[in-house]
Amino acid sequence: MYSEKVMDHFQNPRNVGEIVDADGVGTVGNPVCGDVMRLYIKVKDGVISDAKFKTFGCGAAIATSSMVTEMVKGKSIEEALQISNKAVAEALDGLPPIKMHCSVLAEEALKAAIDDYFAKAKSRMNTNEGTNKHE
Amino acid sequence: MKRRIYFDHNATTPLDSQVLEVMLPYLKEEFGNPSSVHSFGQRTRQAIEQAREIVAKFLNAQEVNEIVFTSGGTESNNFAIKGISYANREKGNHLIISSIEHHAVLNVCQYLEKQGFQVTYLPVDKYGRVNPLDIEKAIKPETILVTIMHANNEVGTIQPISEIGQLLRRINQQRVTSHQSPIYFHTDAVQTVGKVKVDVQELNVDLLSLSAHKFYGPKGIGALYIRKGTRIHSLLQGGHHEKNRRAGTENVAGIVGLAEACKLAISEMDKEATKLLFLRKKLEEGINKKIPYAHSNGHPEERLPNTVNFSFEGLEGESLILSLDFEGIAASTGSACTSGSLEPSHILLAMGVPAEIAQGSIRFSLGRDNTEEEIDYLLEILPKTVSRLRSMSPLWEDKLKSLKR
Repeated sequence: MYSEKVMDHFQNPRNVGEIVDADGVGTVGNPVCGDVMRLYIKVKDGVISDAKFKTFGCGAAIATSSMVTEMVKGKSIEEALQISNKAVAEALDGLPPIKMHCSVLAEEALKAAIDDYFAKAKSRMNTNEGTNKHE
Repeated sequence: MKRRIYFDHNATTPLDSQVLEVMLPYLKEEFGNPSSVHSFGQRTRQAIEQAREIVAKFLNAQEVNEIVFTSGGTESNNFAIKGISYANREKGNHLIISSIEHHAVLNVCQYLEKQGFQVTYLPVDKYGRVNPLDIEKAIKPETILVTIMHANNEVGTIQPISEIGQLLRRINQQRVTSHQSPIYFHTDAVQTVGKVKVDVQELNVDLLSLSAHKFYGPKGIGALYIRKGTRIHSLLQGGHHEKNRRAGTENVAGIVGLAEACKLAISEMDKEATKLLFLRKKLEEGINKKIPYAHSNGHPEERLPNTVNFSFEGLEGESLILSLDFEGIAASTGSACTSGSLEPSHILLAMGVPAEIAQGSIRFSLGRDNTEEEIDYLLEILPKTVSRLRSMSPLWEDKLKSLKR
């Protein structure tokens, strides 16, 4: 059913865990449908320096989460935004058709984490501006 | 070599070597067509009729010809439901089934709905049991068939078939006096035959489906019990096989194998059930003791002796199955027939299990070759696997955080 690469990433997932002081966190999916992914990113000078994940889901959901964290590390935010679900699935030597939605979820989790990073950066900037005015 | 342990006997069982032994001649030298007039044909004809007698006796059928051989459980269910529906169409178009039937019943009824039949899907309680009173309430003048599975494949809950059959007998008596047509009663006994006693007289059923490979017989063979006098159409038209009820050259080796599996069940069933029940209880107690937030599914008493079904909060079933498979343990999330589906089990949902908890369900169905040592091994591996998957789960993380608050 699954490729060897999927099984490898399922059995030995890379970057499992939580980044406590993450710069961006994205949670996507729905437990009712059987998949929830949470992706944490750390960003330094516009480059994703670290990524971790936690996933509730099937073998493909865990493998795609693991793969996407591997793919984004060292990439700039702009480059990371170019990563498509197809690229994640291809990097795993393909997914069964019924499991392609897992790669979509992985792409969405990444985008959600980046959105969160931008939102946090913006609110930080606003706070900083606010502080400046008071000085 | 890596060890392999099989806990998926509700999906299928290994062929018993004694069964294989009696089948072999019919795959080689005894190849005659049972419909042929010559001695080659007569010999296989005789083998089939002997097998029919054994199966009839095993089910306590009144007449040998009440047994029709089919290709298995799916065909038997299709035959019973479509056959009754089409043969009694001018009398009514209403069917009553439970909401936790196997897809081999559920999808047949959904197909019939498209053909103009009406289907009532009965609810079940939290243990997966149908309430006979709900059947009584659902009956209409147009009702022609009630079909309720004997035991559920995923959670093992045994239905009050005998009680439902009695109720229908009583209702049918009234219907006959008021010149209404009788309601036929079918049960899908694929999961009970060979595991618990199945007696068509005690169960008060008119039709009963069974499949050989669920109790150490070969795949591709099953039977439908059809009580004498039942108005039913055939699924397959062709030659005069099976008294015109099922056309097609008989699967002689399969039929002989099915009968041998029945013989073995007669001699071994009680002893096996005792052993399986012991192993089942040990496994359940072990899981309850070692794994928090684990919920047992199915009736505490009225359940198949071999079936254990648990929902583990915070994880998803397929990832658990795959992880156990790495350790050589074969289990399943539910029906092998639904493993391509993304929906949580319709059975657990009907029992009121919340969808996200139903996603984390696993079934262990034990069989005659399983040992206490294998249960010990499972109880060593399972808690580790569950906590590993939970440690990776955002839902579990959230649950722990909410508990700390």
